[in-house]
Amino acid sequence: MDLHFTADEPTAAEISAVDSVLGAAASRWAGGGRGDNEAQTSRGGHGARADRHLLLPVLHAIHGRVGWISPGALNYACRRLHVPPAEAFGVADFYALFSTKPRPPLTARVCDDIACRVRGAEELCARLEADLGPAGEPCRGGEAAWFRSPCLGHCERAPAVLIAESGKRRRECVLAPASAEEVGGHLTRGGAAQAAALPAAVSVPQAGQPQLKLLQRVGRVDPESPDDYRAHGGFAALARARAKGREWVIEQVLRSHLLGRGGAAFPAGRKWQAVAARGGRKYLVCNADESEPGTFKDRVLMEGDPFAVIEAMAIAAFATGCQKGFIYIRGEYPLATARLQHALRAARAAGLLDGGCDIELRRGAGAYICGEETALFNSIEGFRGEPRNKPPYPTDSGLFGRPTLVNNVETLVNVPRIVLAGGDAYAASGTGGSAGPKLFCLSGRVARPGVYEADFGISVRGLIELAGGVSGSGKLQAALVGGAAGAFLSPSELDTPFTFEGMRAVGAAVGSAVVMPFDDTVDLSIILLRIAEFFRDETCGQCVPCRIGAVRQEELLQRLHRGGPLGSTEQEMKLLKEIGQVMRDASICGLGQTASSAVESALDRFPIFR
Amino acid sequence: METNANPDAPDLKIPVPRGPVPDVPRRERAAAVEMTVDGRAVAVPAGATLLDACRQAGVETPTLCYLENLTPVNVCRVCVVELEGSRTLVPACSRKAEAGMSVRTDSERVRLSRRMVLEFLASATDVSTAPELRGYMTEYGAAPDRYGNGSERAATVAQPVKIDNDLYIRDYSKCILCYKCVEACGEDAQNTFAIAVAGRGFDAEISTEYDVPLTESACVYCGNCIGVCPTGALMSKTERDMREAGSWDEARQERTDTICPYCGVGCTLTVHTQEKRIVKVSSPLDQEVTRGHLCIKGRFGWQFVQNIDGGQSPGDERAASENDA
Ligand SMILES: Cc1cc2nc3c(=O)[nH]c(=O)nc-3n(C[C@H](O)[C@H](O)[C@H](O)COP(=O)(O)O)c2cc1C
Ligand code: SF4
Ligand code: SF4
Ligand code: SF4
Ligand code: FES
Repeated sequence: MDLHFTADEPTAAEISAVDSVLGAAASRWAGGGRGDNEAQTSRGGHGARADRHLLLPVLHAIHGRVGWISPGALNYACRRLHVPPAEAFGVADFYALFSTKPRPPLTARVCDDIACRVRGAEELCARLEADLGPAGEPCRGGEAAWFRSPCLGHCERAPAVLIAESGKRRRECVLAPASAEEVGGHLTRGGAAQAAALPAAVSVPQAGQPQLKLLQRVGRVDPESPDDYRAHGGFAALARARAKGREWVIEQVLRSHLLGRGGAAFPAGRKWQAVAARGGRKYLVCNADESEPGTFKDRVLMEGDPFAVIEAMAIAAFATGCQKGFIYIRGEYPLATARLQHALRAARAAGLLDGGCDIELRRGAGAYICGEETALFNSIEGFRGEPRNKPPYPTDSGLFGRPTLVNNVETLVNVPRIVLAGGDAYAASGTGGSAGPKLFCLSGRVARPGVYEADFGISVRGLIELAGGVSGSGKLQAALVGGAAGAFLSPSELDTPFTFEGMRAVGAAVGSAVVMPFDDTVDLSIILLRIAEFFRDETCGQCVPCRIGAVRQEELLQRLHRGGPLGSTEQEMKLLKEIGQVMRDASICGLGQTASSAVESALDRFPIFR
Repeated sequence: METNANPDAPDLKIPVPRGPVPDVPRRERAAAVEMTVDGRAVAVPAGATLLDACRQAGVETPTLCYLENLTPVNVCRVCVVELEGSRTLVPACSRKAEAGMSVRTDSERVRLSRRMVLEFLASATDVSTAPELRGYMTEYGAAPDRYGNGSERAATVAQPVKIDNDLYIRDYSKCILCYKCVEACGEDAQNTFAIAVAGRGFDAEISTEYDVPLTESACVYCGNCIGVCPTGALMSKTERDMREAGSWDEARQERTDTICPYCGVGCTLTVHTQEKRIVKVSSPLDQEVTRGHLCIKGRFGWQFVQNIDGGQSPGDERAASENDA
């Protein structure tokens, strides 16, 4: 493969950004100066192409430094990494956080997704429009711009805004709850580096309660101190795992009946067993992409107890024999990223990862689909985050085509408990079909939104009561459970246990354990439109049923909302069902397969648009 | 030069292993895999797909993104079949046949998905030069107008045609995003990587870097992308000009296979002639040498044949008369 480049040259700032990741260019082949013997050498083949997985970190570095990916910067990155520019452009253009056109250095992304929408997002957007001008347009003399954003994963502190400033001193922070004044204040050069930190109790109203297992340390431990983590019982599970041996650990995870908490509810032990049985190079991936609207439990764990994530990964790598681990975290989580980054360095320095596998953190760049495990692999490898066809499954062929264990953050955080208490004891908690403790994300119209922990078995009503009941009018209209890919329940279904089996019985799913109540003052049609818009914006576009179906679904709901159906409303409802069916039946991945689920569940239960 | 520590910089001291080196394809002894298609028993060699099995059973299966000389990407989903025990339908073009599988291709569920895929595509894309796809639409009763017509328009991918070189045009209003051209330009044939998928979702499209014209891109004008495009989105300039002039008439065209005269590789060329003039060159997929792929000389270097008798290609006539006017 001979690479061809346009004439565009990188600036000094862009070169330094790329070099901050890759080191200085060694030769002219890679865009540097000409070396002594270079006429006799060439660079290519597998060796040169093996660095492609650094494309996303390099794009992040460029974007953080200059605020967009320019043609010259892309050329230099491509020379360094030996990636064809057309492909690298396709990758950069895939992610919502990157711009391939010039963009102001200061940006604010205002979440207008469902949870924030019922807690002031539209009012905030209206204020910003009045103060700064329309979304997406440069303001403040071309220095800044604000955008509307899908869910930023800070729903318990709605409305949320992600601030980013590119430049030598790169700045990122989330304001939540955000006011127009605060956003305005942060949209100035060299503004405050961080938002005022809120006490953990805001996100975890139960913080400090003795019965907590997964949230045990959140709000009590210093998230930056490995010693404090140890003082709170940390690293005991890793030591015990190493003492007992890998077979024992896998046996415990199998006996625990732990099901994956990332949405697919696959038995964790079976995955571990499958990967452990494979030889050769193997990878461990912690899925921290958490982008399902209404979901923030993984963020709270990573921000509040980052060493627990690392300890759990060390145990998983030990038990399954993985030589290398990755944490793939969504790009909109600056604080969790910093905490994990710090914890990784501290753990490495303390020798806690010695003899096991090293772990590296990779950041996403604004793409819900990259939470799908095979899209996530493509993203890490430096390709577009498009899901792969399954089979083969990750345990056979995952990251870099090797057997891979991929687990959700919360799934992993259960593991130290299982190792300490034993699989049988763990399996005894919860219900028969859903073992263990569970984190639930309560947001929307509840009195005290936040992450709540309860053993499986608690009902939807119980969870809403835990969070102080329905707010607004106090009269529940509907509750979205599982996430945007989940389902709406009616008030008569509130006693359904929030378990895998309970949710299945009412045609819903545990998903990412979202519970988002809406009181009777909320216009549900607006919520449905926003969900449809979410899928239209987040489909990767690879397969026809989802790429076009998501657009047709949204157009149809818009028509109904406007009161201008094509033909009769009945015809439109029938068409909507057919759109849903082809997406569910023929899409490649779970995004398309569930994109109509919430909408259909609502229309089945409530007389919306009629 | 500035040096700044990047918080995201991966630790380069951590050796990140490379991707796997692809295995040398082994010629395995064709063990038979027995399964059923619509209740009929078939046996296909190991490694065969459900599409192979369907063909063996004599069942016609529509395909759009699949082609014998490309790696299956299974993105169009028009080939889906019902596989017993599978929650969703599965793509016949890429799913490997396994012993004991039972597949249905004639169920209501299969027909609905195929019809919807075709409707979706036709509602968003100009399919006027995609005869195969239009044939499937008739077969499955696709009605793309259901998504809007007249004042209520459904979103489409309509955009101006790209004419930036003398050899071929790109009309992405006709693109169904089947990925075939990207595969042909990249790993499956040409290894040039001039084009890739950019954007996301409904806005995804085939593009050079920053949408630069082909003349500034890596393109070497092999035309292999044209050869695999199922919709006429990619079309040789002669064909396009003749279509615009209304003189393109496949019914009056002849196809003649010959061997490319330029080099020693010996690719088979199919020369398309209309009124005894060459209007296009393609290459048969089952041609053993390069499986339908050519280079710029074979695909476009035929002008000299017409020049022998001083003639013009039919496409030149309009250009000539325009110049006169
Ligand atoms: C569109 C889509 C988005 C997803 N996003 C996430 C995510 O953000 N985090 C996650 O853990 N799993 C996500 N998943 C599920 C993963 O594909 C995978 O099942 C999970 O990470 C496996 O981990 P577990 O077994 O521990 O649940 C997503 C799946 C789909 C289809
Ligand atoms: S279902 Fe949607 S998100 Fe998944 S591969 Fe298809 S287009 Fe992409
Ligand atoms: S003509 Fe050849 S090199 Fe150019 S885009 Fe098409 S396949 Fe790629
Ligand atoms: S241009 Fe043609 S070959 Fe390429 S993706 Fe579009 S329809 Fe397929
Ligand atoms: S032909 Fe099988 S998915 Fe396109």
